[in-house]
Amino acid sequence: MYSFDIERPTSVADAVAALGADEALALGGGQTLIPTLKQRLASPSKLVSLSGIAEMKGVSQDGNTLRIGGGTTHASVAREAGAFPALAALAGNIGDPAVRNRGTIGGSLANNDPSACYPAAALGAGAMIVTDRREIAADDYFQGMFATALEEGEIITAVTFPIPAKAAYMKFEQPASRFALVGVFVSQGDAGVRVAVTGASEGGVFRWSAAEEALSGNFSADAISGLSLPADDMIADLHGTAAYRAHLVSVMTRRAVAAAG
Amino acid sequence: MTKVTMSVNGKSVSGEVAGNTLLVDFLRQDLRLTGTHVGCDTSQCGACVVHVNGEAVKSCTMFAAEAEGAEVATIEGQAAADGTLNTLQQAFQDYHGLQCGFCTPGMVMSAAALLKENPQPSEAEVRDYLEGNICRCTGYHNIVRAIMAASGQQVPAVAAE
Ligand SMILES: Cc1cc2nc3c(=O)[nH]c(=O)nc-3n(C[C@H](O)[C@H](O)[C@H](O)COP(=O)(O)OP(=O)(O)OC[C@H]3O[C@@H](n4cnc5c(N)ncnc54)[C@H](O)[C@@H]3O)c2cc1C
Ligand code: FES
Ligand code: FES
Repeated sequence: MYSFDIERPTSVADAVAALGADEALALGGGQTLIPTLKQRLASPSKLVSLSGIAEMKGVSQDGNTLRIGGGTTHASVAREAGAFPALAALAGNIGDPAVRNRGTIGGSLANNDPSACYPAAALGAGAMIVTDRREIAADDYFQGMFATALEEGEIITAVTFPIPAKAAYMKFEQPASRFALVGVFVSQGDAGVRVAVTGASEGGVFRWSAAEEALSGNFSADAISGLSLPADDMIADLHGTAAYRAHLVSVMTRRAVAAAG
Repeated sequence: MTKVTMSVNGKSVSGEVAGNTLLVDFLRQDLRLTGTHVGCDTSQCGACVVHVNGEAVKSCTMFAAEAEGAEVATIEGQAAADGTLNTLQQAFQDYHGLQCGFCTPGMVMSAAALLKENPQPSEAEVRDYLEGNICRCTGYHNIVRAIMAASGQQVPAVAAE
């Protein structure tokens, strides 16, 4: 690792101020950033740790809305998001217990790895990404692999989810990394049916609109049995070809719909 | 350099660390607690698992500065002061849950975290919880049996037998 200082502010305001420094970077749980630093793929002058900011932690419910602090660990979401079981289950299946004890929802969404789980939940449930300066709808937030609407130094302070009537996440796990080879989050609620796919596309997480349309009339696995996606912009790597991933999207979507009931 | 103070195995310790000092390096190099191992240094193998405020974490993927004020527990704190192994450690010995022993500190610390959270796990739950702990020697069966035994449950006959 290159050398850098670590600052540990205790409020969002102080963290934003600290991130104003040249080449400063936010540190969430470090489960992605520390490996990146070890490979010398980043050379921040300073890391601004968000782990000491109490106002960014925890899960709370207000009517039909679940609010999760941006610094809340995957393990806490798994334990405390019982009002939205599909989300709690997703969080409880990220990586392994030690990763879940450190990794945070804000870090996952800021990173927007094309194979990460939380982007599928945020897009598939129509979440709002709350930052220190604004609220961004998930539909506007994800802008391709590792790209988001966040500005430099902008901190995800919370994520709010409308709790859907029905939802499920199905992940086909890449067994070595435990990330999604393909993961599909489906939900049915006030905002209609949403289907979000992670792990598959070169463009990062995306909504499968043809499946959403078909499911709107008939929310059952049968309604999408004939549907498939073109393999053109699917990821191809040693774990699976583009055609394999395109096929998995259909299979995982049907399984998710069946599981959502 | 910044000063950090934390409790390690119940003892208050402090030291000067750089921003990029990993918790595992602080434990091994500054405190000479070399029971915590580094197998991969890429967050994959779990040989470096310790507890921070009661939760299992990979100490190769956490900065020492982040443990300021925390209670850290390592493998060195597991046995009694006179060297008597705790129940879990003894079960690893009794059921041959180790061969070369390199993964064992992480395995024991992960298993201890599991049993605190879930005192009577099923075999499937044990295997699931150890997803982030890799062992190149044992094939896992005896590790699972040791943990089942330590939780006071019947030890399953495992698939390979
Ligand atoms: C072995 C292993 C297995 C994993 N398996 C999975 C898996 O199955 N599914 C999955 O989805 N993920 C998986 N992950 C990734 C894990 O979920 C990470 O925790 C997550 O991607 C990053 O979160 P973090 O809090 O650790 O962020 P960090 O690593 O600290 O930061 C990541 C990036 O986000 C920025 N950042 C952090 N917090 C914020 C914030 N609040 N606001 C703005 N920017 C911020 C940082 O500056 C950095 O650029 C795995 C990781 C490991 C090591
Ligand atoms: S050394 Fe930390 S996970 Fe392998
Ligand atoms: S006993 Fe050798 S790696 Fe597990």
